[in-house]
Amino acid sequence: MKKSFKNIFSNGLGQLTIPIIAIIILVVFNLFRDPSFFSIEITQNNEGNNVFSGNLISIINGASELAILAMGMTLVTAACGGQDISVGAAAAIAGSAFVKVLKAGETISGGRVILAFLFACIVAMCFGAFNGTLVAVFKIQPMIATLILYTCGRSIAYWINGGATPTFSSSIVTAIGGFIPGVPIPTPVLIVLAVAVIFKLVFHFTSLELLTQSVGINGSAARLNGINSTLIKLLSFIILGLCVATAGCIGVSRLGLINHETLLVDIEMDTILAVAIGGNNLGGGKFKVGGSIIGAYVIQTLTITLYAMKVSSTDVKAYKAIVIILLVVIGSPVVKARFGKFMTKLRAKKTNACVKGAE
Amino acid sequence: MDGKVLLTMRHIKKEFPGVLALNNVDFTLRKGEIHALMGENGAGKSTLIKILTGVYQMDDGEVTIDDNKVFIHSPQDAQNSGISTVYQEITLCPNLTVAENMYIGREDSAWIRRREYERRADEILTKLEIPARSTQQLGRCSLAIQQMVAIARAVDMKCKVLILDEPTSSLDDKEVNMLFKLMRDLKAQGVGIIFVTHFLEQVYEVSDRITVLRNGELVGEYRTEELPQVQLVSKMIGKDLDELSSLKENTDSEKEEGEVFYEASTLSSTQTHPFNFKIRKGEVNGFTGLLGSGRSESVRAIFGADRITGGIVHIKGKPAKITKPIDAMKHGIGYLAEDRKRDGIIAELSVRENIILALQVMNGFFKPISRSESEAFADEYIKVLQIKTANRETPVGSLSGGNQQKVILARWLLTHPDYLILDEPTRGIDVGTKLEIQKLVLKLAEEGVSVTFISSEVEEMLRTCSRLIVMRDRHIVGELKGDDLNQAEVMKTIAGGKA
Amino acid sequence: MKRVKTLLLVATLVLSMVVCAACSKDSGGSSDKGGSSNTGTTNSTNTSNSKIKIGVVNNPPSESGYREANVKDMETVFSEANGYDLKTFYSQKNDDQLQAAQGFITEGVDYLLVSAAETTGWDDVLKNAKEAGVKVFIFDRMLNVDESLYEAAVVSDMAIEGDTAVKWLLDQNLPVYNVIHIQGAMGSDAQIGRTGALDAQFASGKMNKVVQQTATWDEAEAKKIVESVINSKADFNVIYAENDGMAKGAVAALDENGITHGVDGKVIVMGFDCNRWALRELLAGKWNYDGQCSPFQAQVISDIIQGKRTVTDKIIYSVEKGFDAKTLTQSDIDTYGLGD
Repeated sequence: MKKSFKNIFSNGLGQLTIPIIAIIILVVFNLFRDPSFFSIEITQNNEGNNVFSGNLISIINGASELAILAMGMTLVTAACGGQDISVGAAAAIAGSAFVKVLKAGETISGGRVILAFLFACIVAMCFGAFNGTLVAVFKIQPMIATLILYTCGRSIAYWINGGATPTFSSSIVTAIGGFIPGVPIPTPVLIVLAVAVIFKLVFHFTSLELLTQSVGINGSAARLNGINSTLIKLLSFIILGLCVATAGCIGVSRLGLINHETLLVDIEMDTILAVAIGGNNLGGGKFKVGGSIIGAYVIQTLTITLYAMKVSSTDVKAYKAIVIILLVVIGSPVVKARFGKFMTKLRAKKTNACVKGAE
Repeated sequence: MDGKVLLTMRHIKKEFPGVLALNNVDFTLRKGEIHALMGENGAGKSTLIKILTGVYQMDDGEVTIDDNKVFIHSPQDAQNSGISTVYQEITLCPNLTVAENMYIGREDSAWIRRREYERRADEILTKLEIPARSTQQLGRCSLAIQQMVAIARAVDMKCKVLILDEPTSSLDDKEVNMLFKLMRDLKAQGVGIIFVTHFLEQVYEVSDRITVLRNGELVGEYRTEELPQVQLVSKMIGKDLDELSSLKENTDSEKEEGEVFYEASTLSSTQTHPFNFKIRKGEVNGFTGLLGSGRSESVRAIFGADRITGGIVHIKGKPAKITKPIDAMKHGIGYLAEDRKRDGIIAELSVRENIILALQVMNGFFKPISRSESEAFADEYIKVLQIKTANRETPVGSLSGGNQQKVILARWLLTHPDYLILDEPTRGIDVGTKLEIQKLVLKLAEEGVSVTFISSEVEEMLRTCSRLIVMRDRHIVGELKGDDLNQAEVMKTIAGGKA
Repeated sequence: MKRVKTLLLVATLVLSMVVCAACSKDSGGSSDKGGSSNTGTTNSTNTSNSKIKIGVVNNPPSESGYREANVKDMETVFSEANGYDLKTFYSQKNDDQLQAAQGFITEGVDYLLVSAAETTGWDDVLKNAKEAGVKVFIFDRMLNVDESLYEAAVVSDMAIEGDTAVKWLLDQNLPVYNVIHIQGAMGSDAQIGRTGALDAQFASGKMNKVVQQTATWDEAEAKKIVESVINSKADFNVIYAENDGMAKGAVAALDENGITHGVDGKVIVMGFDCNRWALRELLAGKWNYDGQCSPFQAQVISDIIQGKRTVTDKIIYSVEKGFDAKTLTQSDIDTYGLGD
């Protein structure tokens, strides 16, 4: 027990040190500012369900899309050593496809919702495959390759929508974006949980994790070990496509409206940030999906904290930037090395003191 | 001929997490001497060098130059103290000119006009008899010249201590001789040279003194002429070397009539001319030839590492199609690539993950090796191959070169190959590990595994292979076996005297 | 394997074509349309000698539901059936718009109608138009040019929209006004206009500002803003959102937290733009007010062209309606609603 604790003390939590420290600092800061900040209440919503509410719920609920996208982005980052900047635009496309199918019939039945979601998945996977092909087969830098979809994705969504910002109302869809009757936890949170479990299962039942890391760290060696790196890279984009579809559908379901201009707008940068805060190397290689999820919650906690402090939302971005600079600097190799040295010295002193004490 | 003491390192200690890299090591360098620093991989040579050049900070000990205590906290400090280093991998900029490379990043260079430093570069190149012009683009010079330019740069910075870290590993004999001449010139000028190498012959050719390290500790300092080669080796690996000579005793049994495992006719890739090749079960053969003769390219073609352009392959008599590595792997072929860093290790992944990689790929995407299983595999091979690592989760990139090589060997052994291709498995590796690998090859052969072995050291191949395929200019020019397997015959064939 | 690869390549090509096609629908398409208007002259001259040639430079319909209605309105009013020969150019880039306008002038249209991306830089082109005898109408957004350079400007005054809405709110005679104010993209005409009137109320102390935040037209952001107010337990009874989407986002937050809204609810919900779906929310009593920003300027311009209306003041403000949930009818939705 003591040893494992010591291990954590000396090696840190590894990759997860920074995001965990960040989230702890944010929580402590908020508790200090307002002790009831994280209190959870049960209220009856307008649908007549008893549901949890409060800042904590707002945070974990609001970060859902970000968390899901960050999971997929982690894979792409690890395999390709670059990021997909088209996730927001692709989510708008997926959302539009979702709504298109929903509105195709007279009524919105459960079956139709499933059909719509599957259609959205297929569409998003196709666009993922498109990005993936540019990156894996044509060896285009991921940011450049996805710039194409980033630029015109929302126009495609507009085209699918047929121009307008279609709205719809359906208790089933509201349940997806809000609460399932009888369940007090927001459904998007449950979906994040499900996606995380699916990721875990995929890593458990396939060798995706090892192969992705190998491709990301040393593509040449991976190839000589029989790994089809093209396929792995393509696969990472397709998986991201699934995440994009899920996030897009959640975003649409929350509001019962698809606005191609605003759906998950600017989320690509937050997603990349979540991956970075999660301690993942943006140059590819080793990764921890869990880190990215925590990263997403860090970003969301920050946003909600700033809102709660009534910081003007035009200023929110500036404050966010400051915190992020801090996080990234603290997580930088230079600071880590310095800190490591400091800890070694501290420990050396301690042992010296112990020895002296023993004498 | 004992010169004045130039550099001393006393009681040097350096600890890495879990490893005591250097413990109480002393080292003394005198003016105008070439001092070989010897030791197995992981003995602490590189660590010592890196402390001297400011890359690492020592935990304890002291360094003096000209009797003055110096503190080296950065490469800049080292440079200011007159210590210069030329590394195995050229660290200059290939797309700049020779002169630019000699003056780039130096404090005094900003104030010198281009003409001026080109003139000065030419002057020093002439003085050192380096056959290069200051205006040449460095990337177009041969590796040897590049190395010499790096040395010229160091000399021009008025260095007192010059460290040459494996300078000869990618040079041919002629180039090595050029380099040695340069080293002797510098020595005559009073520069103290620390020479790190794996080539024992070279040590005896140029060095005046030898310091031997083993497992992070000092074994001793010797005058070169007083330390016979066999003793040097035994001091390096810490045991007697009777085994070294008697390695191949049991391998001379002819494998001529065994079953042919692999046979290729007119096999060609984008990198090779069509060639024929076969290997029998349990046979050890080798490709030899000068660097660039096509020996690596040939085995890459066998493994499907480059794009295959033609040829017919039979495995165990049945036609087989091998166009990419996974095909070869599925047919029981393993390939340890020549460039360990680029094509071998996945540096940031753990020893365990590196070991199971090839087996995992062969098992397929949907059959992951479980954690406990992979741990068992890793532990087994760490033990069998005596891989020196803090634990199985250590990133393989932090291991010494020899141990990295063992990890990759373990990776292929784990797949239980029928045919193992080892391209330069012993390059940049200490004597002890070299010997272990050679023994391992022979043991595998005894167990019925076919092995193709490539090494720049002909002697090593003679010791292990029962058949040598000699290449020149991307063509097979001869095949040697039986009584023809001797150094003179090989050299003759490589040089083309046999025709 | 090779076949798979080929298939992949083909898929990529096809996809990229789809993508390109879709792209050109937006911004590239504008050049398409500009191109067709150039080549179209020869076609149309013989058939439309009697027809009035109109060149419209506008923002692309994909910009917003408002713009889409605006574009559609232009196309319906200036149709061939009504005796017009219409050429259009859509872009969000001022430079492209300027070039297209110059093109229309060179081509010899009778009237040039402009809703510019930016308010500046139009002097030269409009002078050229004047010299060429092309009459200019400015619509939707005011241009920063001399009055002599255009016939009339039929524009929206966002400040009037704000005033109308705030006046309506005051008419509700609430005992206290605790307002959550969700702004559009800061600095946009709509935001400045719709914010102004409310800011005056905050300043005078008649209304209390619970929170004033921009959600940059983003529905989800609006929801987060309202959520954070609810979590802070601050009291509020009015949500003033500067467009329909943000109002919808705000309402979603209310619904999730069990706060009633609309005609019989605790919180008054106000939106802008009069999307049809938003008006339907009004009709259902879930919202209280929706302010119009009229995209229908074509009829006024057409009337002027055909002499049915005389210009007294060169700047003509569109009449902006504000709809109250209590008085809204289905026919209002059919007439004034945007989109579907």
